[in-house]
Amino acid sequence: MQWEIVIGLEVHTQLSTNSKIFSGASTAFGAESNTQADAVSIALPGVLPVLNKGAVERAIKFGVAVGAHIAPRSVFARKNYFYPDLPKGYQISQFDLPVVGQGALTIQVEPLSGNAQPYEKVVRITRAHLEEDAGKSVHGESQGVTGIDLNRAGTPLLEIVSEPDMRSAAEAVAYAKTLHTLVRWIGICDGNMQEGSFRCDVNVSVRHPGAELGTRREIKNLNSFKFMQQAIDYEVQWQIDTLENGGKIQQATILFDPDTGKTHAMRSKEDAHDYRYFPDPDLLPLEISQQWIEEVKEDMVHQVGQLPHEWIEELTSRYGLSTIDARSLINEPRTPSVFISATRAALLNGESENQSQAAKLAANWIINEFLPQQLAAREDFPEVEFVEGVAGDTIGHLIRLMRDGTINAKAAKEIHRELWDRAREVKFTRHGGTYADVDQLIDERGLKQVSDTGAIEKIVDEIIAANPAQVAEYRSGKDKVFGFFVGLVMKASKGKANPAQLNEILKRKLAA
Amino acid sequence: MINATLKQLSAALRSKKISSVELTQLYLDRIAALNPELNAYITVNPDMSLAQARGADAMLANGNAQPLTGIPIAQKDIFCAKGWRTTCGSKMLHNFTSPYDAHVISQFNHAGAVNLGKTNMDEFAMGSSNETSYFGTVKNPWDRARVPGGSSGGTAAAVAARLCAAATGTDTGGSIRQPAALCGISGLKPTYGVVSRYGMIAFASSLDQAGPMARSAEDLALLLNTMAGFDERDSTSLQRDQEDYARDLSKPLAGLRIGLPKEFFAEGLSNDVAQAVEAAIAEYKKLGASVVDISLPNSRLSIPVYYVLAPAEASSNLSRFDGVRYGYRAPEYTDLADMYEKSRAQGFGTEVKRRIMIGTYVLSHGYYDAYYLQAQKIRRLIAQDFVEAFKQCDVIMGPTSPTTAFKLGEKGDDPVQMYLSDIYTIAVNLAGLPGMSIPCGFGANNMPVGLQVIGNYFTEAQMLNVAHQYQLATDWHTRQPSGI
Repeated sequence: MQWEIVIGLEVHTQLSTNSKIFSGASTAFGAESNTQADAVSIALPGVLPVLNKGAVERAIKFGVAVGAHIAPRSVFARKNYFYPDLPKGYQISQFDLPVVGQGALTIQVEPLSGNAQPYEKVVRITRAHLEEDAGKSVHGESQGVTGIDLNRAGTPLLEIVSEPDMRSAAEAVAYAKTLHTLVRWIGICDGNMQEGSFRCDVNVSVRHPGAELGTRREIKNLNSFKFMQQAIDYEVQWQIDTLENGGKIQQATILFDPDTGKTHAMRSKEDAHDYRYFPDPDLLPLEISQQWIEEVKEDMVHQVGQLPHEWIEELTSRYGLSTIDARSLINEPRTPSVFISATRAALLNGESENQSQAAKLAANWIINEFLPQQLAAREDFPEVEFVEGVAGDTIGHLIRLMRDGTINAKAAKEIHRELWDRAREVKFTRHGGTYADVDQLIDERGLKQVSDTGAIEKIVDEIIAANPAQVAEYRSGKDKVFGFFVGLVMKASKGKANPAQLNEILKRKLAA
Repeated sequence: MINATLKQLSAALRSKKISSVELTQLYLDRIAALNPELNAYITVNPDMSLAQARGADAMLANGNAQPLTGIPIAQKDIFCAKGWRTTCGSKMLHNFTSPYDAHVISQFNHAGAVNLGKTNMDEFAMGSSNETSYFGTVKNPWDRARVPGGSSGGTAAAVAARLCAAATGTDTGGSIRQPAALCGISGLKPTYGVVSRYGMIAFASSLDQAGPMARSAEDLALLLNTMAGFDERDSTSLQRDQEDYARDLSKPLAGLRIGLPKEFFAEGLSNDVAQAVEAAIAEYKKLGASVVDISLPNSRLSIPVYYVLAPAEASSNLSRFDGVRYGYRAPEYTDLADMYEKSRAQGFGTEVKRRIMIGTYVLSHGYYDAYYLQAQKIRRLIAQDFVEAFKQCDVIMGPTSPTTAFKLGEKGDDPVQMYLSDIYTIAVNLAGLPGMSIPCGFGANNMPVGLQVIGNYFTEAQMLNVAHQYQLATDWHTRQPSGI
């Protein structure tokens, strides 16, 4: 029996404002319990909410970035339920009139298994609304008592709700990752999943292709892409098994336990709350003028330049990169400019940057050399806004030196590593080096390729003379031995022989 | 001294005829003598009041005095005041000391006024007789077997019995005007948004509005000058230029058009009240006003609409009283749900629980449209009635309450009868309009009658003028109960 998986996501992104959504208390993570709980956060009698404009601006940015309709008038509503970490006994959220309406996000799906090809897909966004976070219950610190930490209470969230457009765990993960990139890109969320800044609720159901939607179960609070994939895989199999064994799926809220790799029900639909939503009379309707939207849009262009999807379009059509390479280059807003600088500096005389070989080489270098260095350094230097051990034009310089035969790839990698190490020493307060430093390193370490054909010919002659058996083998048709000779010549030249020249000379002499 | 107007008191303080400490002590002595019987105050704190009075005397000595500097003002116990127990008339907050000042409190503090104490009130301002207070009923100074009205009953009794120079109240459905009427004093509920609600414990946020209660319109104007003004901590506070509410007090009333809604003079209005109100209208005609018959056809729906919307908001506003962070917590419980249930069951009184249940019901899935949404629609119709009416008149007048003060316990068993005592005041809150009550005579059993004056939005200065001119021509507002 064939089953189709249907997945929709609700993602809670914590907005990067300094103060809370309805009060001036700080939102900084990791403070001593309840030190960031002001009168509004602990809901003293008589206190009132005042909306943080910065939170609204971030919501507008998101709406603009996903091409969504931004509501000229949206309404805050109270979602009523009792819980100790919800100090007012209600959460201020948005219900029937959210600030951001329908939008869309294009995702690049890399299938998790098999030989399937990567593909693009458009996921529709239903809405995004502003709301406040709750506090935290702290269990187990002292026996028999649950503590309450209200530091997080009132932290601004943008809850982004997708349509049930995803058909596999791979698609769900791709959507979540794309969204994660986007919210960091436009600077509305720090994306820190360990600290709970980006939390995913995943609605999963299965059905026979073409049938009505099945009953869904909602996996709450996934804070890693790996767990998301595991949770969906487990849940899908559980639902299919249940149905194939004649069972029925009950709507439920479930949790994923990373230790067991299983999901389990938290509450069923029967215990679902009646939240008694109604418009919050303490807050006026939120009115957003077209002018405000334009201002935010302008700010955003100024701050981050192009959006991820705009970059992908430019990198593929103008520079001729594959979509996968283009996606790799948009891990953060400043990376594409590193690529462009590198491409320009890597050009040979008379070459244009459009669709050039330089572009392809620059992309490969950044993906295979620069980004891994950056990823490792970012963990060690979380306080650095953009970790950049080497500037784009210096990378381009290295690439050009390879292209014109001055150095080979091995030497270029060595220099690149050295520059990153130097940047690390100064904690990325500046780059590890410039063109001049590159040239100096080449000189100091003698990394220049030997392009003197006479010198190479001499080495080749010696090697051929010293290995008559292998020469005979090659001449009898065993081409594989060619690599053996290349290795020996390289070794003899201490790795500096120009590979192209070496090949040409070796071939000629062996054939003789 | 206890019958002096605020202006006279201010002059006496400035000319050093009396110090703020002496004046404060005078009122503290009166409270000590009379409050055990009247029960108008929940909390007095002589040390704190006298400390403020000393500060006021220093301001007076330095020449930094403002109009209210040194004057002892009683505060309804719904306003959070730093260092003061703030109970809202409830067991739920019987042990709550506020760590911060409400906007209204800080405005009075900045003005150098003295906080004389916290006045009694219906629990969470839910009631029209002050009988729902956890701290006991307040007696009407005119007849101690009768209620003072509510919910600002403690304030009304304190002003009437000269236990303070003036005081504050709050009005969600008539809680300033009805007790003012029943105790023979003047009270003003401003336009919604004129006085910040910050630090005022919420009952029904879209209706709650603080206002002054005093012995004359002139005093009300002075008090409102201090209370009103934009406050960024209340999103429903209105950003308007500061105005002097006393600026028009002396304007003559010639040409004033008074609208008389026929619905306010119909069945349910007792004869003694009707007669006093009609006499007041006659007096206004003598002062040069003319009378227009108007209609507020939807005002009959005010009570049902109010008793959907106010409890709906209250059920949510009162959710924070859960025994977790402050306030009353049941001494014994088995688990979290049990703690909530017992703390709230024991901490709230009957009327509060009734309204929480009504509110929870009307917001519930499947009932929301039929009750809450429908009530909101009718609320707009009620407001529209006033818009039409004010095309024909400058102010609207009528009775504040259908009867004079009733006996303690008389309506205790019948909530609907109790709710009907606000039949003329509630529409004003639903429309967000300003309304006031001024004394206009006495009815059966020699109990005071209040005349309600309803103005258009932001016409407080005009309403105060209308009231003041009447008080220049009559002396009802100067009468005082015996035995005080």
